[in-house]
Amino acid sequence: MKHIVLTVNGRKHSDIPGGSFLLEVLRDHLELTGSKMCCVEGECGACTVIMDGKSVNSCLILADEADGAEIITVEGLSDEDLSPLQGAFLDNAAAQCGFCIPGQLTAARALLDRNPSPSRAEVREALAGNLCRCAGYEQITDAVLDAARGPT
Amino acid sequence: MTSGMVGASPRRVGGHERVTGTQHYVADIHLPGELHVKLVTLDAPRARIHSIDTSTAEQMPGVVTVLTPDDLPQPIPRFGPQFQDRPVLAVEEAKYHGEPVAAVAAETSEQAARAAAAVRVDHEVLEGGVFSVAAALDPHSPLVQDPSIRTGNPLSHTNVLAEHRYEWGEIDDSTADLVIDEKYDFPMVTQFAIEPHAFMAAPDDGGIEVWSSVQHPFLLQKTMASILGMPLSRVRIHAPDPGGGFGGKQNPKYEPLVAFIALRTGRPARLILSLAETFQAVRRSSAEIRLRTGFTSDGTIVFQDFQSNFLIGAYVDIADRVVGKSNYLAAGPYRVPNVRIVARALLSHTTPSTAMRGFGAPQLGWARESNIDRAARQLEVDRLQIRLKNLARAGEEFIPNETPADGDWAQTVERAAKLIDWGAPLADGAGRGLAIGLKSGPTSGLSYSTVRLLADGSTVVYAGTSDMGQGARTIFAQIISEELGVEIDRITVIMGDTARVPYDQQTSASRSSVLMGNAIARACADIRRQIQAKVAARLGVDASEVLVELGKVQSPEGESTIRDSLAMALGPLGGEFTGLGEMRVEGDPDHPLGGRAVFFELHCAACEVNVDRETGEIEVAKYVTVGDVGRALNPRQVAGQDEGAAIMGLGHTLMERVILDETGRIINMGAVDYRILTAMDVPMEMVSESIENADGPGPFGIKGVSEGGLLATAPAVSSAVTEAVGVVINDLPITPERIWIAIREQR
Repeated sequence: MKHIVLTVNGRKHSDIPGGSFLLEVLRDHLELTGSKMCCVEGECGACTVIMDGKSVNSCLILADEADGAEIITVEGLSDEDLSPLQGAFLDNAAAQCGFCIPGQLTAARALLDRNPSPSRAEVREALAGNLCRCAGYEQITDAVLDAARGPT
Repeated sequence: MTSGMVGASPRRVGGHERVTGTQHYVADIHLPGELHVKLVTLDAPRARIHSIDTSTAEQMPGVVTVLTPDDLPQPIPRFGPQFQDRPVLAVEEAKYHGEPVAAVAAETSEQAARAAAAVRVDHEVLEGGVFSVAAALDPHSPLVQDPSIRTGNPLSHTNVLAEHRYEWGEIDDSTADLVIDEKYDFPMVTQFAIEPHAFMAAPDDGGIEVWSSVQHPFLLQKTMASILGMPLSRVRIHAPDPGGGFGGKQNPKYEPLVAFIALRTGRPARLILSLAETFQAVRRSSAEIRLRTGFTSDGTIVFQDFQSNFLIGAYVDIADRVVGKSNYLAAGPYRVPNVRIVARALLSHTTPSTAMRGFGAPQLGWARESNIDRAARQLEVDRLQIRLKNLARAGEEFIPNETPADGDWAQTVERAAKLIDWGAPLADGAGRGLAIGLKSGPTSGLSYSTVRLLADGSTVVYAGTSDMGQGARTIFAQIISEELGVEIDRITVIMGDTARVPYDQQTSASRSSVLMGNAIARACADIRRQIQAKVAARLGVDASEVLVELGKVQSPEGESTIRDSLAMALGPLGGEFTGLGEMRVEGDPDHPLGGRAVFFELHCAACEVNVDRETGEIEVAKYVTVGDVGRALNPRQVAGQDEGAAIMGLGHTLMERVILDETGRIINMGAVDYRILTAMDVPMEMVSESIENADGPGPFGIKGVSEGGLLATAPAVSSAVTEAVGVVINDLPITPERIWIAIREQR
């Protein structure tokens, strides 16, 4: 079987088996369980990761399509200290049950990387693919805008 | 006096794990040697099962066992929180689309899925299933439930599981100037927690360990012990924080099935549902409600006459309690002298319904508030004033022998009206609406808590509550911080493991801040008494000379913090103080609900909408939610609960509906075809406020929150739509198509 090379959160892995979806590779092979499994049809966003700078639904990406890609998951958003984005999520009480939050964070990170000062409407649009049934949408949007404004 | 934690909004306890991806939900936990389970289901809502051929599936790679009804104890064990009616696997007949008829366990999930598809179930699809209220009431319809399950019950040969009748006053002798007589429809909707339900079980030296994203770990423990014939002490339930519950995760579902597989194979077994499979596992009860409301010409309510039919599904789960409890409060927060409520729980060949945020109250509020709106328009009385006129005042017994109105409810309603600029001029195509929701909190309850104050002043609290996003961990830490003067980050909250935490009845009805909160506050008081006794003994003074409160110790030696007094109080051996707290609310066997409301959730929703006459599209320009919460112990979390509930309510108001095809199969399972609100769909402006009069039964005067925000969403939006474009919609959801058609019919 062909082996896939992936760089995940800065670490290179060259022993990834092909034939499965990126989400399964992350969760089962690399034991990075921060990315969540919910609808598995690309609609809920719980599995969102950043692939070569773009936020993608990892449940829809075949590992083979990701060969050579650079992936960032929620586990890669911080080192020892929380990133300002994660801190803003805590300060705005944006994480309730928390199940959608890894996807919200990675989608928001990808947005801020390409657009460091988004409008409220742009944040809502960028996160429209990430469902939150606790419906902390206002708090999540506030957190992303706070993070974009930087430390106050 | 407070130390500052009441009304503060510290960062969520457990928040760090949630933003770093290190929070472990059930599906993130793996057990060595685990097997993957896949359910075998039929693509039919109702079928007679003749035989199940597992021979092909058993030969497939990785398959370890295929469990069929024949492999279970006979008769097949049944369970449920109200009635023991749900079988571990379907018995002879599959009674709803997606009911498990067998299950495969294999080394990988792919192998389990392939083998499940290869299990041959020889079955006959039965025509004429019960999918609607009309069919459930039709005496010619087939019986959903085997009558032997409720032998001796006069209703056992009908599809009426139970009929609840509540009546006061003299409704048949009441005369009214205006009678509004309407029928309302509230569709099936689903909880849609983003974490699909997940279950694991592992044999444990003659006992069993179970992992479940369950709201009631102790009910699950009892169920497992009963089904497996084990003592409670050998059943350990791990209940990691659920990724959303909303009622759907209250009661046992597939844990017994997974446990039988684990015991049969001697290996851990895991079953992680897909989102689509959760649509077949849980839902909210749909309802058809006919309501006659009588008014005098000035808008005073004379009577309310409800006929409520709730379609509960194939097995009861907690649905009959939903029907009985919600209907008891159907007349709402109003002074209504004459009331009759006839409420039926109807069995059907559909997904078993269970608790969902609001517990039946949104269905009834939809009818009640809509009728009041119709009366206001016909009588030309303001929609706000007609409500204020009838609203029960604080302390008023608005339902005979029930807890009197436990707050200044008019204050809540008037505040919401002010925040929405009630009465201000509107643009063309715009409208405002306002509605009130009422829900009973718990009617009895029992919570224990243990608090350990360790030698360095840090604290561990043990509570059987499930934190599914409502923020119980944070609330409990705040209570301890306030009671013992411990910083939040020196408090560890242990929950979700029946082998570690003492008994708690359940996590539901927005009870935990009040009931578990009181248990924790009492455990802290127990610790303060112990410190007082120890300090007095060490100083050789009478206990009355030592005062311990809110983190401080005062003695003849002077004042110090509890933390600084610990070394002296504990003495040379060190050790710790362990406090026990119990909060018990005994029910009342003579009360129709088995007990009076511990508190009410009273909420007012107000909104402004713009409606496009050409397309029927609704835009919610502003949405206001105000709750009578007693005290907002953590205002950020209260706002999160209220706004989150309101947005969930906008789902059933505007777009959500489980759709069945003509044969009774669900056709919109999953996130593509069943829409919930996204970040793009939320109101352009949201305002949430709390009325705080410290008049609740919980610590510091708090009441429960968490459900109130969706109780009145639908009637508030509907009222605004009517003001905007003049049409009245009686059936939810209020879709653009329905508005468009109503506008066309109006012309």
